[in-house]
Amino acid sequence: MTAFVVAAHYLRETYRHKFVIFFGVVQPALYLVFFGPVFTGAGIGDWDVLVPGLLMQLALLTCGLTGFNIVFDHRFGVLERLRVTPASRFALLVGRVMKDAVLLLVQAVILLVLAAAFGLRASLPGMVAGLVLVVAMALGLAALSYAAALTLGDELFAPVVGTAVVPLLLLSGALLPMGGAPTWLDVASQATPFRHVVDALRALFAGSVEGLGWAVVGVGLFLAVALPLATRVFNRENA
Amino acid sequence: MIEARALRRTFKGVEAVRGIDLDVHEREIVGFLGPNGAGKTTTLRMLTTLLKPTSGTATVAGHDLVSDPSGVRKSIGYVAQGGMFTPLSLIGAELRLQARLYGHSAREARRRVGEVLERVDLAGFENRSPASLSGGQARRADLALGLVHTPRVLFLDEPTNGLDPRARAELWSYIRGLKTTIFLSTHYLDEADALCDRVLIIDGGRIVASGSPAELKRDHAVGTLDEVFLTVTGRPMEQVAA
Repeated sequence: MTAFVVAAHYLRETYRHKFVIFFGVVQPALYLVFFGPVFTGAGIGDWDVLVPGLLMQLALLTCGLTGFNIVFDHRFGVLERLRVTPASRFALLVGRVMKDAVLLLVQAVILLVLAAAFGLRASLPGMVAGLVLVVAMALGLAALSYAAALTLGDELFAPVVGTAVVPLLLLSGALLPMGGAPTWLDVASQATPFRHVVDALRALFAGSVEGLGWAVVGVGLFLAVALPLATRVFNRENA
Repeated sequence: MIEARALRRTFKGVEAVRGIDLDVHEREIVGFLGPNGAGKTTTLRMLTTLLKPTSGTATVAGHDLVSDPSGVRKSIGYVAQGGMFTPLSLIGAELRLQARLYGHSAREARRRVGEVLERVDLAGFENRSPASLSGGQARRADLALGLVHTPRVLFLDEPTNGLDPRARAELWSYIRGLKTTIFLSTHYLDEADALCDRVLIIDGGRIVASGSPAELKRDHAVGTLDEVFLTVTGRPMEQVAA
């Protein structure tokens, strides 16, 4: 219950600064304009291969970096203020994470609509299932991002996490499918849940459920690690 | 209202608070006076459940600090040093969130926000952001955050730090007008003198003197709290604070 109060508060805050919502979509939209024609023209794949990758990119760059928000809350004493209330720290974390998930969903839908205008033709149930998968994964990403922000502190968060999302993005095969990768790179890629999510998204957009099982297992394991870990960090007395 | 016995806190082997006993009674304004680094904030953070004591016991509003932290949290308000709003947030929205986190319904939260803003003379400031306020107004908005759920005990950490003399005097009169139990920390001698019913002087993690400002001055046969501090610790306060 408290988590919903927190989520609603932060959603209203986000809505007040509407540019934040659109700004998150700008970067993947730029890929539609400047990268999409090259990607599809070079015969790597059609829009239904590119756009799942852009969804992954969106999730990594928004939810993955959302810890930024708590850096400011920490600096301005907001975090401390929330922590002396009877609200459980778990609810404070989950509320923020739910806000990020809802925001991502809105941004992802905007991206899909834009992509349709560029020529994306994909299975509708596939896209809906894909959104569910991406949002579920993003819950873990956002939780980890907050945990990283509280652990690394104000100065280190941006450079460390900003750099960490780059290999994660490349390894997921979001921008170029990993089909042509050497074995070591392919193995590294398979070790991340993000690769399996991107593969499953591409299958879903094409109307198939191939690899969906692996993606669900991957996301499940990811959440099973990320949420308890973030909860622990939130419960730490000095966080 | 607050009762602490032998409260201690060590950070990586360094003793920040070395066994503090203190009692604060209902409706009393008690000031914790000491130089920076004396252990004031650490004690305040322990009493507000933000920090676990290394040893010792305390009850706040009848709730045990260690075994019932959530009972303590429900009964207290806390105004941190240096503010509690992000600059571009909306005062009304933040206050509503705060009230709701104490379990009030949306409607009750709205009612309380209007009421508390009136109480600190910021009626109609719901849609203003803290960045647009003067220093004194911003501190009053912080006070409102600590008061919106009508706590039984209010903790204020350096409430007038960084304010100009006029704004400080003004804030003192607001604080005095609250008519609730208040425990505050300060390194301003004039603040302790003007605002507090009782003063606890803390130095090096220990309480070295306590009493009303008048008693302290009388007992040490001096004219100001400055001189009391000098007599008790052997050092002038200003020098230590620098």
